[in-house]
Amino acid sequence: METNMGITEEEERFIRKETTLYVKNVSKTFGSNRALSGINLMIKPGEIHGLLGQNGCGKSTLIKILSGYHVPDPGGALWINGTQVTLPLPPGEFTKYGMSFVHQDLGLVNDLTVTENWAMNEIALTNNMRMDWNAVKADALKIFAKYNVSIDPDEEVANIGPMQRAMLAILRAVEDIHRNKATMEQHRGLLVLDEPTVFLPRTEVDTLFDLVRRIAQEGISVMFVSHDLDEVMELTDAFTVLRDGKNGGSGSTAVASKDQIIEMILGKKLNAYHVDTKDAEVFQRQEPVLRVEELMGNIVRGAKFSAHRGEVLGITGLIGSGFEEIPYLLFGAVKGATGVMEFQGKRQDMSRYSPRKAVEDRLALIPADRKTMGGAATLQVTENIMMQSLRHYRPHFLNFKKLREKSLDLISNYEIVPADPELEFGQLSGGNAQKVLLAKWIQENPDLLILHEPTQGIDIGARQAIYRLIEKTVKELGMTVICSSSDYEQLEQICDRVLIFVQGRIVSELVGAEITKDRITKLCYETALGA
Amino acid sequence: MSNKLQAEKRRFHFSELLQKYAVIIVWIVIFAVFSIMMPDTFCTWMNLRTMLGSQAVLVICAMAILVPMIAGDYDMSVAANLTFVNVVVAKLNATMGLPLPLTIFIGLLIGVCIGMCNGFIVTKFEINPFIVTMGTQTLLAGFVLMISQTTITGVSQALKDYVYVKHILGISPSFFYALILCAILAYVFNKTAFGKRILIVGRNAQVAQLSGINVPRIRFGCFVVSGLISAFAGIIYTGVLGGGNPTAGLSYVMPAFAAVFLGSTCLRPGRFDAFGTIIAVYFLTTGTNGLALQGLQSYIQNIFYGGALVIAVIFSVVARRSREKKEIKRAQQERAQAEQELLEQLAKNSSIPAAE
Repeated sequence: METNMGITEEEERFIRKETTLYVKNVSKTFGSNRALSGINLMIKPGEIHGLLGQNGCGKSTLIKILSGYHVPDPGGALWINGTQVTLPLPPGEFTKYGMSFVHQDLGLVNDLTVTENWAMNEIALTNNMRMDWNAVKADALKIFAKYNVSIDPDEEVANIGPMQRAMLAILRAVEDIHRNKATMEQHRGLLVLDEPTVFLPRTEVDTLFDLVRRIAQEGISVMFVSHDLDEVMELTDAFTVLRDGKNGGSGSTAVASKDQIIEMILGKKLNAYHVDTKDAEVFQRQEPVLRVEELMGNIVRGAKFSAHRGEVLGITGLIGSGFEEIPYLLFGAVKGATGVMEFQGKRQDMSRYSPRKAVEDRLALIPADRKTMGGAATLQVTENIMMQSLRHYRPHFLNFKKLREKSLDLISNYEIVPADPELEFGQLSGGNAQKVLLAKWIQENPDLLILHEPTQGIDIGARQAIYRLIEKTVKELGMTVICSSSDYEQLEQICDRVLIFVQGRIVSELVGAEITKDRITKLCYETALGA
Repeated sequence: MSNKLQAEKRRFHFSELLQKYAVIIVWIVIFAVFSIMMPDTFCTWMNLRTMLGSQAVLVICAMAILVPMIAGDYDMSVAANLTFVNVVVAKLNATMGLPLPLTIFIGLLIGVCIGMCNGFIVTKFEINPFIVTMGTQTLLAGFVLMISQTTITGVSQALKDYVYVKHILGISPSFFYALILCAILAYVFNKTAFGKRILIVGRNAQVAQLSGINVPRIRFGCFVVSGLISAFAGIIYTGVLGGGNPTAGLSYVMPAFAAVFLGSTCLRPGRFDAFGTIIAVYFLTTGTNGLALQGLQSYIQNIFYGGALVIAVIFSVVARRSREKKEIKRAQQERAQAEQELLEQLAKNSSIPAAE
């Protein structure tokens, strides 16, 4: 009964002989939200297969189903190495099926040596009282030599280069597949690389690709998840596109053109757009209140831009392109930053700027990580919401009655639910936590409001409420808003102007009606080509 | 407006109340038991006076731990600081004959310097304060023995007078010093914006930093204040002993920490609190005093301190978890209710029946 999932005997034979991964009609629903619906995916032995799609298209959900982290909806079927497996997969047991995962963070412990990291699974799984470290080291060196990789096994992972780190993680994952005897006898196995190139310097990516190709030559299939269309075009044999949780298309990389793939990612052709510079002209006539020059951080390489009073400036790019660093750079919260910022006529040397000075200059920052960077989770809502404003309430003998009244006012104005000022901040939902943080800063009437992923992980309803709040504050208080976000749709909805980062630099600027989700996506991917 | 109403009728939780006053309730029970068992020795004004007056050094020492603790830092060196100041003050005053006010001033200065050292190392090099202060504790204990390996006697009578001889309301004055210090700290931490900033630093330094608080300066300041209070404890201790003792003071570290943690389980559960700490000190004293009067050996003190601390912490965590669960449930219910109301309103506006 397992075999007849509405498939013919012929198809079944094909799956058994010719595929490493076969996903049929897999869906996943979170509450009322359909993250995946009826996904089909096929990877052949020894194939490098690109998995493409925009943020939130369902890529990570699919990978998490494979790793057993999510339980898929009933009705789907999954074959690994030609054998049907019962869903859901038990969490963490993917190696048993000949699968192995390398995620963006690589899963290495920086303070341990290369050898210790190499033996991590063994350490975690075996009950051996003593480990033969010499054997582990010899084993690691043998594999490194086999793939022409030179990594010092006694060095701490923190001290090896980013490329070596990626290679270590990949080879370790490959070894996990090799240990699965059944898989290796068939020359199969699946290695999932989830955006492994994000933190790598562009010049070194080729070395990594060579390694991936060698691994594929052994018969191991590679699922390569990436934002970077160019990389996918260069490395993969075939691809599958996910769009809004559905199959957006698939094919052979050699045959498909880049425009075709972009069309699959977006779901439509990129239409010629109409440039409307009316909004831009309004701001162009004014003097900018914020000027930034030669801003350098850990990723950002010499950014120069300006912003006007009453403007909502979007800053975006692919993950890892540097846009996500801008909020913290402007707020003086990145160590080793350099550059110059001129805000309301005051020039600041960014290497000596600090959040304290930023607050004095009437800047406000709402970080993406609301519960660990935005607010203190174990303090009450009142304490969080009034954190910036205590000085207005008799700082030497705090007026708790007034503080409570004010926070009740804010709670009702910002529609925070539940309306309980004594509730711990950590217990609020994402949307309500964000409203608390907006209230915390906006009541102080800042001149520059910096948002980082303001609606990440927030449901649609609260998202609209937050957009309205931002719009209202800009209109009423005339502040400048900088919104650093990877949600292109959001940028289209709220921004007057958008700057696009690629590899630490601003490569394009969109103004007014030019700002569309599709156009931003296209610019992010196209310019990432390095053209 | 309904929002406001909702907040006002915040529900009364029995478990919350129980947790809040658990230490005090247990204290009263212990007190009652001992009073019934020993009406002639335990429950006398004489004994109460002794209990109140004898614990000033412990209270002050606990306050010295409390200040950096609220900012999220352990200071393990307070007892060593106390002992060091005790021996130095005794040496300068009794052996070398320096005038008392000058020696007190020097003692306080030493405490401040030790606090500055701790704070500087912790904030400048970003080292775990637990390790740093463990180091300074051992270092200071060594220095103490270098200065004197035996007890020093013969400190000015004035110090003894103002510390424990000249009773106020029948209780030795040191008790009132401790009480005043406690009141000052309670005021700063509970009533001022400055105190709130320290609390925020302790709860989430990253949030504090991104809110424009100078985190290293606050932490440094807390270590300095801790050093000053430790030195104050050392001077009171000198008065109590009438001299210097190179080792006795070190034993304050354990009961002081016990009191601080135990204090965080009462009055405002989950928060380190000055008055909570003082209640905890006298709770522990009642227990050890009663047991001692029962004729038990002095080692029973440690058993009582340690046991009380562990049980109190377990109790507070269990109570907290159950409360959290309830609150989450309530939050979910309220959210569901709000959604329901919204739906009903929508249905009303579009004049379509709410349910099919």
